[in-house]
Amino acid sequence: MSDSLIAVAMSGGVDSSTAAALLKRQGHNIAGLTMQLWNQRRLPQLSTEETTGRCCSLDDVYDARHVAEHLGVPYYVVNLERQFEDTVVRPFVEEYLAGRTPIPCTLCNTFIKFDRFLALADSVGAAAVATGHYARVSRNEKTGRWEMRTAVDFSKDQTYFLWGLTQPQLARTLFPLGEMTKAQVRELAAEFDLPVAKKAESYEICFVPNGDYAAFMDAYLAEQGDSRPVTRGAIVDTEGHELGRHEGAHRYTVGQRRGLGVAAPEPLYVIATDPRSQTVTVGRNDALLRSTMTVRDINWVSWEGLTAPGRASVRIRNRHVPAPATLSPLADGRVEVRFDEPQRAVTPGQGAVFYSSDLVAGGGWIE
Amino acid sequence: MRYGNASSIHHFGQAAKRALETARRQIAESIGCGPREIVFNSGGTESDNLAIFGVARLHPGCHIVTSAIEHPAVLNACARLETEGFPVTYVRPDGEGIVSPSQIQAALRPDTALVSVMHANNETGVIQPIAEIAAAAHEAAALFHTDAVQTAGRLPLKVNDLGADLLSIGGHKFGAPKGVGALYVRKDVSISPLFYGGHHERDRRAGTENVPGAMALGKAASLANDWSGLAALRDRLERGILQRVPCSSVNGAVDSRLPNTSNIRFRGVEGEAMTIALDLRGYAVSSGSACSSGAVEPSHVLLAMGLSPEDARSSVRFSLGPSNTRDEVEGLIEAVVQSVEHLRRISPDFDSAENERTPAHV
Repeated sequence: MSDSLIAVAMSGGVDSSTAAALLKRQGHNIAGLTMQLWNQRRLPQLSTEETTGRCCSLDDVYDARHVAEHLGVPYYVVNLERQFEDTVVRPFVEEYLAGRTPIPCTLCNTFIKFDRFLALADSVGAAAVATGHYARVSRNEKTGRWEMRTAVDFSKDQTYFLWGLTQPQLARTLFPLGEMTKAQVRELAAEFDLPVAKKAESYEICFVPNGDYAAFMDAYLAEQGDSRPVTRGAIVDTEGHELGRHEGAHRYTVGQRRGLGVAAPEPLYVIATDPRSQTVTVGRNDALLRSTMTVRDINWVSWEGLTAPGRASVRIRNRHVPAPATLSPLADGRVEVRFDEPQRAVTPGQGAVFYSSDLVAGGGWIE
Repeated sequence: MRYGNASSIHHFGQAAKRALETARRQIAESIGCGPREIVFNSGGTESDNLAIFGVARLHPGCHIVTSAIEHPAVLNACARLETEGFPVTYVRPDGEGIVSPSQIQAALRPDTALVSVMHANNETGVIQPIAEIAAAAHEAAALFHTDAVQTAGRLPLKVNDLGADLLSIGGHKFGAPKGVGALYVRKDVSISPLFYGGHHERDRRAGTENVPGAMALGKAASLANDWSGLAALRDRLERGILQRVPCSSVNGAVDSRLPNTSNIRFRGVEGEAMTIALDLRGYAVSSGSACSSGAVEPSHVLLAMGLSPEDARSSVRFSLGPSNTRDEVEGLIEAVVQSVEHLRRISPDFDSAENERTPAHV
């Protein structure tokens, strides 16, 4: 179809492998690249038996290389460990310690996959990059703007993590799986006889083994020689009565129910965490409901911007069903979101993504 | 006849043994030693390990002197010994990549049992003043090992001229297949084996001999290769690049170098990206060293020479072989020029106007 080179980000998983195979079948000139983002031998105290499915494990690199060989395309591993630590891991740790619950995947997409990786693709002479994300990108011929839509398979949609993409980035990005269901992708992988066709999926944050953020942060801070002074505090109810003690506010996240270690007649949830006073506030489920929130650092994707109040559906975490709301622009570029129905566990530090039916209008960080 | 085990008594085994001993004589002759002083093994890494652990195990807790620019086979063997309580001194090279004999001398202690310094560095190609370093080691009653994987079989080399007590050879560097190598062990030097089994290789390397590998190694050694003639081609490559690419310069001493190696720094260019770009055009060059996944890490050799991590990352190593032609070199020069121009054009860090005021000097 075209000789201009497309760099495919290959993780060794089914999705990116199938994306590469599809582009190859369509006649594109492709090269596979795996980003080495994190050295899993760092922080050995976190090591577990199970290393497959964790980012940059040797098994995954082996799989990606095997797939590239199967497809007969050039393949390289590129080292982005420094950039990953600077733009993803450290901000993740800082945000957590500041009492927010960050999403490293969005940072990684914004600063690594569609920034450093795109630059690297450019360096080696590739005109575009492709990934195995479930999302759709197309150009609006009338406005000239690149638009992003949710994946056809809404259960696999990954636009919640992709709101940070800019117009120049979208212009050079391909998501070959956006029109497909996961089942179709599995079928295609089998049809292409890909060595990873039956590989299990990974859901956890790639550099945090077993999803244990607190253990990761303790190990990382210890490695960095960073001893934060206050790591203990009180668990209080919404009236301020102390119900118990905790081992560091960063171990709690808004909406969390398990592991509070506090006996109560009814289920208690974390309502808020305050890293300065190391206070963790807990309360009943209905105390988690919020009608409004402010969103900062907005990136407008399919919309050009917001000059007057507008209607959108807003997603406040991955898998959350977008909730109808009114968006009002604030003077400094932030947006105030007023939900039609109060939403549970609006969590500072998480992303908020605005949708207009299947169109991704834009997104930002919840304050 | 070659299906026999060279240690067997029967005639099949004897035929294999004859082939093995012919190979041993060939390799011995090529480096000027006796056949009994050759220990066949699996390659350069095993040779280095056998030399270092072989000496260290017979001198528990001894001090070892090596250089900071050694191959990982030496550096990681020494690092392992450090964890077992052996003190190790890593002598840094100068800015030209040369390890000075006087610095080696200064590092020696009464309990130094072994000095290990490579003959030629694999990344810069710089040839080290081995004879002087060996003399310094011997004066202090220490043994001297040299990793000659980059030179053995490529350049005329005699163990006595170098003053080596132990010398590592890797087969695939000069035409033998991967997976075979040899360690020269001077006849009055004792070493402890790395592993235990039968009495092969005079109790220095247990395990059924790799007869076909050894035969190939012997044959390659007997061809008396001399790559010195490659220097003209390498110089053409280097001059072509330096003349046409602003802000490029050679890493390491240029007058004491392997004839086939050139290590060039391109300011404002990521060596990793350039390596991939050139590979996609059919040219195999390298940058830094590959970690276990295959990703590139900045060269420990260039860092030890005092280059900043940024400069180390912007360096690319070119290695020629006897089969390379003038046409290929001209094509490579063109590809490098285009690749650097493209990389600098899109690099946010490279300001061409600023760099034009400071032309590059070799």
